[in-house]
Amino acid sequence: MTAQLQRHWTAVCCYDDLVPERGVAALIDCVAVAVFRTHDGALHALSNMDPFSGASVLSRGIVGDREGRPTVASPIYKQVFELATGICLDDPSVSVPTYPARVSNGVVEVCSS
Amino acid sequence: MMRTVVVAGHGMVGHRLVEALIGRDLQRQWRIVVLAEEARPAYDRVALSSYVDSWDAEALTLPPVADDRVELRLGDPCVRIDRRKRTVRTASGRRVRYDALVLATGSAPFVPPVPGHDLPGCYVYRTPEDLDAIRVAAQRAMQTTVAGRRSGVVVGGGLLGLEAAHALRQLGLSPHVVEIAPRLMPMQVDEGGGALLRRFIEGLGVRVYCGHATAAIEPDRGRMLVRLSDGTELDTDVVVFSAGVRPRDQLARDAGLPVGERGGVLVDASCRTCDDGIWAIGECAAVEGRCYGLVAPGYAMAEVVADRLLDGHATFPGADTATKLKLLGVDVASFGDAHATAEGALEVIHNDPVAGRYAKLVVSDDARTLLGGVLVGDAEAYGTLRALVGAVLPADPGALISPSGGELDAAALPAGAQVCSCHAVTVETIGTAVRDGATTVPALKACTKAGTGCGSCVPMLKKLLATHGVEQSKALCEHFTHSRAELFEIVAATRIRTFSELVAKHGTGRGCDICKPAVASILASLSGVLNPGSHILDGEQAALQDTNDHFLANLQRNGTYSVVPRVPGGEITPEKLIVLGEVARDFGLYTKITGGQRIDLFGARVEQLPAIWRRLVDAGFESGHAYGKALRTVKSCVGTDWCRYGVQDSVGLAIALELRYRGLRAPHKLKSGVSGCARECAEARSKDFGVIATETGWNLYVCGNGGFRPRHADLLVSDVDTQTLVRTIDRFLMFYVRTADRLQRTAPWLEELEGGLDHLRDVIVDDSLGICAELDTAMAAHVAGYSDEWRGVLEDPAKLARFTSFVNAPGVPDPTVEFVEERGQPTPAHRRPGQPVLIAGPTLTVVR
Ligand code: SRM
Ligand SMILES: Cc1cc2nc3c(=O)[nH]c(=O)nc-3n(C[C@H](O)[C@H](O)[C@H](O)COP(=O)(O)OP(=O)(O)OC[C@H]3O[C@@H](n4cnc5c(N)ncnc54)[C@H](O)[C@@H]3O)c2cc1C
Ligand code: SF4
Ligand code: FES
Repeated sequence: MTAQLQRHWTAVCCYDDLVPERGVAALIDCVAVAVFRTHDGALHALSNMDPFSGASVLSRGIVGDREGRPTVASPIYKQVFELATGICLDDPSVSVPTYPARVSNGVVEVCSS
Repeated sequence: MMRTVVVAGHGMVGHRLVEALIGRDLQRQWRIVVLAEEARPAYDRVALSSYVDSWDAEALTLPPVADDRVELRLGDPCVRIDRRKRTVRTASGRRVRYDALVLATGSAPFVPPVPGHDLPGCYVYRTPEDLDAIRVAAQRAMQTTVAGRRSGVVVGGGLLGLEAAHALRQLGLSPHVVEIAPRLMPMQVDEGGGALLRRFIEGLGVRVYCGHATAAIEPDRGRMLVRLSDGTELDTDVVVFSAGVRPRDQLARDAGLPVGERGGVLVDASCRTCDDGIWAIGECAAVEGRCYGLVAPGYAMAEVVADRLLDGHATFPGADTATKLKLLGVDVASFGDAHATAEGALEVIHNDPVAGRYAKLVVSDDARTLLGGVLVGDAEAYGTLRALVGAVLPADPGALISPSGGELDAAALPAGAQVCSCHAVTVETIGTAVRDGATTVPALKACTKAGTGCGSCVPMLKKLLATHGVEQSKALCEHFTHSRAELFEIVAATRIRTFSELVAKHGTGRGCDICKPAVASILASLSGVLNPGSHILDGEQAALQDTNDHFLANLQRNGTYSVVPRVPGGEITPEKLIVLGEVARDFGLYTKITGGQRIDLFGARVEQLPAIWRRLVDAGFESGHAYGKALRTVKSCVGTDWCRYGVQDSVGLAIALELRYRGLRAPHKLKSGVSGCARECAEARSKDFGVIATETGWNLYVCGNGGFRPRHADLLVSDVDTQTLVRTIDRFLMFYVRTADRLQRTAPWLEELEGGLDHLRDVIVDDSLGICAELDTAMAAHVAGYSDEWRGVLEDPAKLARFTSFVNAPGVPDPTVEFVEERGQPTPAHRRPGQPVLIAGPTLTVVR
């Protein structure tokens, strides 16, 4: 028997309830995660914690793109993070954790391990 | 040992000398003692007429020179020079020894000795104090009950006289101008230009009497009667003399120094008198016998003397007496040999009285070299033409001034041509500055000083930037090449109603935190006209909003929000105050009185906002839009209701204005205030639009703000009734909403508006663009379409559903939000990533 890492998926909400280009926050194993649906239907999940202010707010930022890469801007001091990688495009030495996300039977799920 | 230079006179030119000498005296050879007659430090006399807009003398003050080598003695004029001992005596009896003495005493207005010239009610026009006195007289005249229109007579129809006439009109008097020469501005314009100018000026309600002398002024039943040489009699309340100036050369005369034929301290081209320790500069000097009544030649003299004091060899190069002004909306310019006095000079004239345009170029006998010119009605070409004086013309002179061929290429200017005559800056200097990285007008101003005098060369600076290939980008962000104003016009003119469609048709990509809120604001500003009854969180628009607009509350440092209900005019009942207190207590919120005369409740979590607002809306509160780029508050003072000085109901008006404009989305926030009298307790003059009560109506001030770069508001209209006031504000706001840049408040907007306050007045008072009906309709639609945004959320379950901290755990509060108690109220626990949370405030409450 091979030891297999147990992947744990937590339900967030119905995919149809996600407003395109507007995030929501979800609690995944007691951690706040920001979940976004971009205009093309793709899902992204990253930590909700804004590393510059320490406030749990990234889900409330404005979604857009920078040179074609989908982004969210922190609502506090407006630094821009790339949705796919969590890297801060205004200060690449800073990044936030990202999480796998998927749709299963119409429900958005985020993986926490 | 340091030597001492005494400067007599702290006017514009004396001040310039101090600046220049301090700036260049790197070896600290000189200390400077400035003896000033006036009680205030040097100010911008050229801009004196703008004092009437604000009555703020501070605004005219020139930037002081802060340096330990300068001693400035205000209000202590120099009264005697002892050339043998090299000392001067001041009015207060002080004696100052000098190594060099520079006379910069300026000139005094010439008052012709007509009988009655010294009656009370007769004034000159040179200092803020003169204008204060004229204002008091005008106000007194307004209050008398004698029949007839209140009027003022200006003696002298030159540049200053016309400025004075304008000021009288602003003070509510109807102005008359009497000029002894056969035309207005005889020094600058010729007969043809003068005739057109006169038509313009008369069209503006100024009565003009040219070719008439003022024969006598007589007291007449509490007013005055001005008699002209042809027997005409003018009833008047105020007389202003502006019949030229006389150099103030008395000190020099008393000291036995020679003066020019027509007065003025006689100096050579180095600005030195026959006494090698004494110099003269500015309007009091007669350089090689000639006096100059403009500031630019004075500045050049100051530079010469600064150079000479430091052992240089500069000489006064002669001066450009070019002028361009916009008076009562009329462009007048004259430059070079305007009266064609040179041998063999030819005049090329284009005169179109129907279009209101007169242009004359004076050229050399071979028609190739430009010598001078006169422009009236349209002085667009002034900047380029003036710089070309003395140069070979790039085109046929006739073509240069014909309306179609008027566009001159700035690139054609020779390197040595002067762009800014106030500061003697050449095309070459600008070019070097641009190459060194000064690629905007403000940057050029900072490093070359060009454009910081009279400002008339600013359009030329823009053209030069363009010839250097510097594009002044107006693109909003990487997604739109348009400016906000252009996007506004696109949305207004097309059927595009969503961001997605707009970015697909007119932009690129998916937008960002710059263009999305900007477009959301445009859609909201236009919603009254395009989409009545819509809500800022409807459909896709919700995703465009900044977090503040999205949750209709202000985001705070710890991720919580503040709640600011509208308290129109700052007036609130005890019942409502109690509700605010109860809501704050029940939800554990911090409360504070804001600087905007209302109450802010801080520390609400997202999921608490609907419950808080349900209580508030039930008690009759509505959104205060503290979160929006929208009308914030209209502050008020108590006015006639309570105050013993109030002359109008300021609270009533403030409430009416706040209710009228509430919810109006704009490029930036809008603030207002209404004061019940001139004591101005509501600080209306620091607002985007502010109203101050007068005995008979209201004064409207616009484009002020506090904040980062404070600016006092300018007087737009005075003494108007409430209906006119409201109509003017309606148009002002809609014009701003339509044309301003993103996040540009009204003050910087006005500063960038071509033509400035006069243009604004033309557009919204005189309807010069013919858009007032549109502006009125837009505002009417806004007022009719207003509804409370918070009520809209509470009535719509779909919108309410978004107010959760966590979608998958709606009842759970955000665990990172923690509070500590500070002065008896909750405040955010200071949380920094990786650092422990402070569990008590930095100061402890001490219980006595
Ligand atoms: C609450 C308040 C301070 C207070 O406790 O008194 C306040 C608080 C904030 N001000 Fe202010 N300002 C407040 C009155 C003022 C005033 C005074 C006034 O309105 O009479 C001024 C100067 C007057 C002016 O604006 O011309 C003022 C000039 C600013 C500025 C500078 C604007 C400028 O043009 O330079 C900003 C920054 C901005 O808007 O870009 C600002 C921005 C802010 C923000 C929104 C900063 C932010 O993004 O978080 C603050 C959050 C407010 C909130 O509720 O969360 N606040 N702010 C006042 C709310 C008034 C109200 O009832 O709505
Ligand atoms: C309303 C108005 C508009 C104008 N518009 C323009 C314009 O558009 N363009 C332009 O180029 N020019 C304009 N001028 C002219 C310009 O203001 C003057 O050329 C310039 O101010 C001259 O500077 P100055 O320092 O020589 O004299 P001033 O500015 O007059 O300063 C002289 C100072 O010396 C003081 N003084 C006098 N005697 C003594 C003494 N014995 N001891 C100590 N102090 C003394 C005076 O009180 C005064 O403060 C305008 C003038 C006015 C009044
Ligand atoms: S002054 Fe600064 S700290 Fe104070 S409320 Fe305004 S923006 Fe905030
Ligand atoms: S010409 Fe007056 S500021 Fe440049």
